[in-house]
Amino acid sequence: MSYLEYAVKSTPSGFRKFFYMNWPLTLLLISTASAGFLMLYSVAGGSWTPWAEPQMERFGLGLTVMFIVALVPIWFWRNMSVVAYLGSIALLIFVELFGTVGMGAQRWIDLGFMRLQPSEVMKVTLVMLLAAYYDWLPSHKTSRPLWVILPVALILIPTFMVLKQPDLGTSILLLAAGGGLMFLAGVHWAYFAAVIAAGFGLVATVFNSRGTDWQLLKEYQFRRIDTFLDPSTDPLGAGYHITQSKIALGSGGWNGRGFMQGTQSRLNFLPEKHTDFIFTTLAEEFGFVGGITLLTLYGLILVFCLVTALSTKDRFSSLVTLGIALNFFLFFAVNMSMVMGLAPVVGVPLPMVSYGGSAMLVLMAAFGIVQSAHIHRPR
Amino acid sequence: MKQRTPKSQGLAYKRLPRRALILGGLQTVFIGGLAARMRFMQVDQADEYRLLAEENRINIRLIPPTRGRIYDRNGQIIGQNSPSYRIVVVREDAGDVDKVIAKLSDLIPLTEDEIERAKTEMRRSAPFLPVTLADQVTWEDISKVAVNAPALPGVTPEVGMTREYPRYEDFAHVVGYVGPVSDYDLSQIEDPEPVLRIPRFQIGKVGLEAKQETSLRGKAGAKRVEVNATGRVMRELDRQEGETGADLQLSVDADLQQYAQARLAGESAAAVVIDCETGDIRAISSAPSFDPNLFVRGISVADYRALTQDNYRPLANKTVQGTYPPGSTFKMITAMAALEAGVIGPGNTVYCPGHLKVGSRRFHCWKRGGHGTVDLGLSLKRSCDVYYYDVALRTGIDRISDMCRIFGLGVKHDIPMSAVAAGLAPNQAWKERVHGEEWLVGDTANASIGQGFMLASPLQLAVMTARIATGRAVSPRLVRSVNGVEQPSGAGEPLAVNRTNLEYVRKAMFSVSNDRRGTAYRSRIIADDFRMAGKTGTSQVRNITKAERAAGVIRNKDLPWERRDHALFVSFAPYDNPKYAVAVVVEHGGGGSKAAAPVARDIMLQALYNGTPPLEAYPVADRERIKEQQKRLEGDRRPKARPSEKDRA
Repeated sequence: MSYLEYAVKSTPSGFRKFFYMNWPLTLLLISTASAGFLMLYSVAGGSWTPWAEPQMERFGLGLTVMFIVALVPIWFWRNMSVVAYLGSIALLIFVELFGTVGMGAQRWIDLGFMRLQPSEVMKVTLVMLLAAYYDWLPSHKTSRPLWVILPVALILIPTFMVLKQPDLGTSILLLAAGGGLMFLAGVHWAYFAAVIAAGFGLVATVFNSRGTDWQLLKEYQFRRIDTFLDPSTDPLGAGYHITQSKIALGSGGWNGRGFMQGTQSRLNFLPEKHTDFIFTTLAEEFGFVGGITLLTLYGLILVFCLVTALSTKDRFSSLVTLGIALNFFLFFAVNMSMVMGLAPVVGVPLPMVSYGGSAMLVLMAAFGIVQSAHIHRPR
Repeated sequence: MKQRTPKSQGLAYKRLPRRALILGGLQTVFIGGLAARMRFMQVDQADEYRLLAEENRINIRLIPPTRGRIYDRNGQIIGQNSPSYRIVVVREDAGDVDKVIAKLSDLIPLTEDEIERAKTEMRRSAPFLPVTLADQVTWEDISKVAVNAPALPGVTPEVGMTREYPRYEDFAHVVGYVGPVSDYDLSQIEDPEPVLRIPRFQIGKVGLEAKQETSLRGKAGAKRVEVNATGRVMRELDRQEGETGADLQLSVDADLQQYAQARLAGESAAAVVIDCETGDIRAISSAPSFDPNLFVRGISVADYRALTQDNYRPLANKTVQGTYPPGSTFKMITAMAALEAGVIGPGNTVYCPGHLKVGSRRFHCWKRGGHGTVDLGLSLKRSCDVYYYDVALRTGIDRISDMCRIFGLGVKHDIPMSAVAAGLAPNQAWKERVHGEEWLVGDTANASIGQGFMLASPLQLAVMTARIATGRAVSPRLVRSVNGVEQPSGAGEPLAVNRTNLEYVRKAMFSVSNDRRGTAYRSRIIADDFRMAGKTGTSQVRNITKAERAAGVIRNKDLPWERRDHALFVSFAPYDNPKYAVAVVVEHGGGGSKAAAPVARDIMLQALYNGTPPLEAYPVADRERIKEQQKRLEGDRRPKARPSEKDRA
């Protein structure tokens, strides 16, 4: 009997579980999602269709999923970790073979009512597996090379599969989330120092591979990096997105141009204004005040995840909560850096706000696990 | 199963909160970085980005100005803007473009060419931009399209402004025509106004339209519009109206112009009527003419070829561009030069045996047997050549050339028409300079009777006659007022010649058309108030060889048209109080007294009576013929039916 099962007596049961949920987190999620509905309403020119309404339906579905996941005891999810990970790998193989090609990459499985991106699922299941692994691993073995290589392999397998789709953004996020979890689990810092050094070496190698037979990235990925480094080289091509995004954001000023008054988004200068670049619309219409508000909401979500993680005495719960929080952080940090011109355009949506079903559903399910960890925490 | 307690997690477990806080700290730092970046962009650089956003969304569009209208002296319209209809298709509204075009071509005639051009343009332009499918569509076709509108999605009739010349041929050479700006036009203009780059914008190509382009065009307005990323106009923000082009009023009388044009019909000829006092050009006709409206719409290759291949050169403006040896109409100048030089007096006589030996060459009088003893009056009345050979040789070419300039020959008159010629009033220096040869006495003899190097345009001849009539340096004026502002009159200072000498010449000119033996007696005016003075001219366009002269000079009617003599006539009337001067040149018309004088007389009467003159103004013998002629011309002058706007065979 694990510690968790032993501690079950102290956890609430039945519908009382609702009262023990991390309610501040739930409310924060509803707030950010609502900000999303508002922005989707605005970019559609003041219309609930085609984005805001489906998004609300999906959020309702996501909320339901979160509650269901939350009510299931956290140890069930721990026990499911390996299965979930293998299932995700299977999905990645499936998408490689039968997936729908979009934007030059194989990423989706069309389920009819929504498009499932296995790489999104992978982000959560990888965190679950690693958390379960470090829960299982006796702590004195944590930094032993053999026990370090195993999780590294578990991270790298899906990372390469996603990179091959090719989806550079998600593979970097997987790598970062996995590495972050290993850091949280207490792996010796020297490993990270070594990896970071090697990382710089790898970046140099990747850049050197350009134009050779063994080119490691596709040409369009190189071009994205080029235009990120200097958007003015291609003002009407790929650099157009970054330039227009920065114009929209900057022109918002202190308190924005007003709801539905953003000229950049309303007149279609912004690309992907309902998905990856939705933050620009928000920043244009609500200005610095609006942007900081959203950023604060995101920060609070992280804080309340940290509260859950630190208030539980269960290692799996802590690790999985922190891993999910890290994933969430990486999500919005990369997206915002991208629209502010601090990172190349890698196609990462803004969590809870961007239009898109599968990312939101997966995220809500993940927060369901956080909620489950909170409800079923040993006290 | 082994129980694990929190304690059993050992060192790694203790590390967790610490590492979590380290990672949390890093995240906080990153979030702080994002906030700082946002502050930098949205607060510090907000103004720059705001400006860039405005540049993105705001476009400035030009509003083409309305072109000024052109009126005759009585306010009759000569050039105006009239609505023209075109059919445009908007691709995004049309849906299946091919189907819609197919349906449309069942309704109205469309050429393969037009369809192909429209389709090409559609492929290139944004789907919301209208593409012109057919231009200059008739009102009937427009109504057909309008009635069938429900079946033709995306097809709309559009109205635009196009130039129209309701007087057709009458003013083609005066006003010219407009056309779309060409690349060549743009290359000719230094720093062209942006409005010229508007597609289909029309500018004056020739004639008054071209010469007064700047005042007719007006100033373009501008509107600021909000556009989206694909360039679609979302709304208009504000607009600044332009200025309509200035309306021009001509000195020309459209009715007289129409009469002159009709009277010259059938000939290759030119007629100029000028007001002796003010220099106002009352009529300035060149025949044959052409319909300038054809050029506005884009003339067909066949029509254009017909115009360029016509022997009578309809496109040439013979009144100002055409220069002719003035022939005997020049004799007044020679006479004035001789009188002013004191070489002759009005009573001095010269004996004309029919020829004069100048140097080694023999110069002939037009009258084989000669005129006998002639004085100034007789020499003009009978147009004796020998008299002028003789006095010119005594006067010298340079004094004659100077006299030409006083009377406006060899001088380019400043009127806003295309290709105004300066003519030629040669002197010794000129020949030295241009031909590199010495001036010969034979050249002087030729020049004395308006042959040889001497060249003048019908306008110059009219100005010369007006100056003789009034003794003032009248200069021609074509534009009477611009936007209601009266332009400077052409009335001039008295000429630097002796009034008495001028009076001798005027008196002689009177006898030309009023004395029984005058060369233009048959074309006299018998109305007492409107007596006309004139001078005939017949200028050779070929050399008469010695052999031909020996065998008898071939008569004009036996020669091919282009080798016949030019017929000229200049006149002013009324003699006592000159009102109008008329110059007529009939190319290859034969004798001036036969071919040109009657035309000039008819036009003069029309001008004097300001309409059809009474038959009493004509000599009794001519009245029947004139009555016929008046009837015929009336018929010609009936308002022409408006030809169909687009003849689509």
